Amino acid sequence: MRSFAHVVVLPAGPAGQPADEVLRGALGSRFTLASAGRPRTVRRAWLDTFDWRLHRAACTLEHVTGPRPAELILTGPDGAQLTQRASRLSWPALAGELPAGPVRDRLEALSGIRAVQPVARAVSTVQDLRVLNTDAKTVAWISLDHTAVRQPAVAQLAARLRLSAVRGYQADAQRVAQLLADVAGAAAGPAASPLDAALAAAGRRAEDYSSKLDVHLSPGMTAPAALRAVLLDLLDALEANVPGTIRDVDTEFLHDLRVAVRRTRSALKLAGDVLPGGLRERFGTEFKWLGDLTTPTRDLDVYLLGYPDMAAGLVSAKAAELAPFHAHLRAQRAAEYRQLARGLRSARFSRLVREWRDVLTGLSRGRPGRQNAAGLATERISRAHRRVLRQGQAITPDSPPERLHDLRKRCKELRYLLEIFASLYPPRAHQRVVKDLKRLQDCLGEFQDRQVQQEEIREFASQMMGEEGVPATALLAMGELAGRQGLAQQRARDEFAGQFREFASPASEHRFRVLMGGTSQ
Amino acid sequence: MKILATYNIKGGVGKTATAVNLSYLAAQDGLRVLLWDLDPQAAASFLFRIRPRVKGGGKALIRGSREIDASIKGTDFEHLDLLPADFTYRNLDLVLGATKKPTRRLARLLAPLGRDYDVIFLDCPPGISLLSESVLYAADGLLVPLIPTTLSLRTLDQLTEFIGSLDGHRPDVLAFFSMIDRRKRLHLDIASQLPEERADVAATTIPSLSLIERMSVERAPVAAFAPRSRAAQSYRDLWAEVRARVL
Repeated sequence: MRSFAHVVVLPAGPAGQPADEVLRGALGSRFTLASAGRPRTVRRAWLDTFDWRLHRAACTLEHVTGPRPAELILTGPDGAQLTQRASRLSWPALAGELPAGPVRDRLEALSGIRAVQPVARAVSTVQDLRVLNTDAKTVAWISLDHTAVRQPAVAQLAARLRLSAVRGYQADAQRVAQLLADVAGAAAGPAASPLDAALAAAGRRAEDYSSKLDVHLSPGMTAPAALRAVLLDLLDALEANVPGTIRDVDTEFLHDLRVAVRRTRSALKLAGDVLPGGLRERFGTEFKWLGDLTTPTRDLDVYLLGYPDMAAGLVSAKAAELAPFHAHLRAQRAAEYRQLARGLRSARFSRLVREWRDVLTGLSRGRPGRQNAAGLATERISRAHRRVLRQGQAITPDSPPERLHDLRKRCKELRYLLEIFASLYPPRAHQRVVKDLKRLQDCLGEFQDRQVQQEEIREFASQMMGEEGVPATALLAMGELAGRQGLAQQRARDEFAGQFREFASPASEHRFRVLMGGTSQ
Repeated sequence: MKILATYNIKGGVGKTATAVNLSYLAAQDGLRVLLWDLDPQAAASFLFRIRPRVKGGGKALIRGSREIDASIKGTDFEHLDLLPADFTYRNLDLVLGATKKPTRRLARLLAPLGRDYDVIFLDCPPGISLLSESVLYAADGLLVPLIPTTLSLRTLDQLTEFIGSLDGHRPDVLAFFSMIDRRKRLHLDIASQLPEERADVAATTIPSLSLIERMSVERAPVAAFAPRSRAAQSYRDLWAEVRARVL
């Protein structure tokens, strides 16, 4: 059994001296090195989700194939490794699609609903060495690794070694680690991640995508310049998610693409008047088309993602009875996805993104002296906030559902504005206001989603009635589902008044006013 | 987790060679194996090049004041760990005698190791003592190397009688002939005859070979340094028989 892991990057030896000779020289008389078999050539693929969930958690996942059985190796922040045999894998893959084992178990928690796919590939020559004490007992293992990166670019990495202690010999291994650290030019520790080195060699860096808005506005910039920066960032996010959506890697590509579209539409609607005339109308229509194109597939994704919980929540019907519904959803989703992919490959879509980028990059930054970014943000956010309050206060227990739906839209507009202009406000005050709003949004979202789902379940049921071989038990189970949605919707309706009262409370109002006063105009 | 003990009242019959080789072969099969060298002479520890020292000595282990986990050492072989001997093990009877239910003590100490190991081998010192009673209580299988002489057969009878007299748990006894000298007629006769007559005697026999003695020079299991030798094959056959019978 091995424990205590330590990684060292070795410098190139003087005049091409092989790395194992450098090691022998470093260990002195107290320890000796012995070979543990001939060097082997292995292929490595480093895997991560599109939004770098593993890298953000300071973990790396490798799939190593070579003369030994193929393995998945997950290295944690402390250097400890989980390994699992795994051959004949194909990428991208969701954690749940991998063979059962400790790596999959840990990965499920790290990657969630996102698929992992190769972010770099390399070929390595690995030489295993034993470190012996004066009794010729193995106290540690050294795995010496010469790696040539093949993707995303070709590069040779510095030799690196991984030292692991044999159980009960941690003290010896630590001494060996110290001796190795004294090798001139050697670098130890987490900075030595081979994935980062491989990416750097290719001119890339990890974590170059996040689903969060990544734009930093300064209060004094002109309003058009601020809006332009926001819209360009949203366009980058939109485009970054197109290939993954078309390849159907995982459901989050479409989700993030839709978020970028919705934010773009809201920005156009609520602040597009600061852009040159006609732009808002021209692109507003096109982005609405794009939004509508993505809706059916996303709705079905939401169903399919929530399916296990829905099935598990059945009381009267059995989960298995719902299987025809699942099959129906999958078939519908496959059909809708084909439409979506066609739309994203269409000339209309490529024209939209091309022209939108051309327009945005060509925009003038506006004349100084007119409204600045902070002024624009505060004005539009305050206006959206007033609308939320006004519409919310008009809702009584007798109001029809449409009033709540409208209020939900106003809340979303306010939320998008807050997100778009977040970098202009103090983070803590901003988070508090978003938190107040989010509670109300959750309640309204629950109310509307449950209603929509009830209607959709009825719609699905009538579609399925026309299909052959759908048993009555499936429709009954769907009836129970619809009933449960109805109950949940009612609960949300009952909670609304309290949630809105919270949102409109003097304390929440105060937090909002503090935030709006927080920019330096 | 299964516990196998190599045990005989007599010394010098091949207990340690058996424990070392079978634990190595079990680990080679992919099982997670721990070998506890209970003999203060520390031959098994020596063969794995592990210094016979346990912090706090046998007393700390038996009393439970020191975690067994912390004293375990990795051998040079994948899946095979060793709990080393210590010179203080010569007093284990006294330490055991001072505990409650001494005969159950080892079983209690080893139970938590089931998380980490599939098989635990106990390499016992010769003699009948409180320690051996505790070993008999803990073990699922008792591997008894015998030199094929009339006297050693009497010892086996004494042992089975003794085990029969124990209350509660009794290990499955599997004796086998070891150190067989092919030049001795008596050895060959007894070694071929007895397995047919007695169910508790294994069909596999371990010949007396200089390669087995060479283990103390190589300081490794014979199956590791001479895997194609007759000696290694004999231990592989014995392990196959033990595995089929006890695991």
